[in-house]
Amino acid sequence: MTVTVLLFASYADVLGCESVEMSLPAGATAADALSRLRALPGGGALPPAPLLAVNLEYARAESPLQSGDELAVIPPVAGG
Amino acid sequence: MRAAIVERVIDVAALLGEVAAASHGATVLFVGTVRDVNDDRAVAGIDYTAYVPMAEREMQRILREAAERFGTDAAVIEHRVGHLALGDASVAIAVAHARRAQAYAASRYILEALKQRVPIWKRESYVDGTREWVTQQGAVVAQQD
Repeated sequence: MTVTVLLFASYADVLGCESVEMSLPAGATAADALSRLRALPGGGALPPAPLLAVNLEYARAESPLQSGDELAVIPPVAGG
Repeated sequence: MRAAIVERVIDVAALLGEVAAASHGATVLFVGTVRDVNDDRAVAGIDYTAYVPMAEREMQRILREAAERFGTDAAVIEHRVGHLALGDASVAIAVAHARRAQAYAASRYILEALKQRVPIWKRESYVDGTREWVTQQGAVVAQQD
């Protein structure tokens, strides 16, 4: 299955891009996608347990992913 | 109730008009603006970015939560993204209710919830030419059990 991983702000800076298309085996979780992300250049700079969202809702690392899902890795927010 | 991320100047008078009704005895307008000093550093401006669809959804949810807690069904919030100069409004919240206590409480609730969980980020540019992504106090930064 294929998922889109979105990166923002400081995380987009360290990975040098704002989105990554990722092929994952069926049954993969958000944590699996995160591990894959860490293996990319700059990915080692991500914190151990960043906030995650799946399809616009905050989600836990163990959340299963479906093909076509949008997984966002969310840096500490700073609105206002 | 309306929540939006905008790329233009926030028209606070329009927000006040949006929540106006004869049944309201109190309207609270909060406007957050770009300040010239943060953590003892001279700020030149701020670039805001957002995960727009999620930010709008989360802000809408916060307005619903405020309505449930305080009965404030007349509320609107706009947050601006892009480059903002000193004094520019980054966020504005207008809340109206029959009574002031509920309007004040709802305004505070909406802003604090926004700062804690709406996916918006800011990169401050300083007078010395450097710039930095800002992490603010109280924001949730990692997965929690």
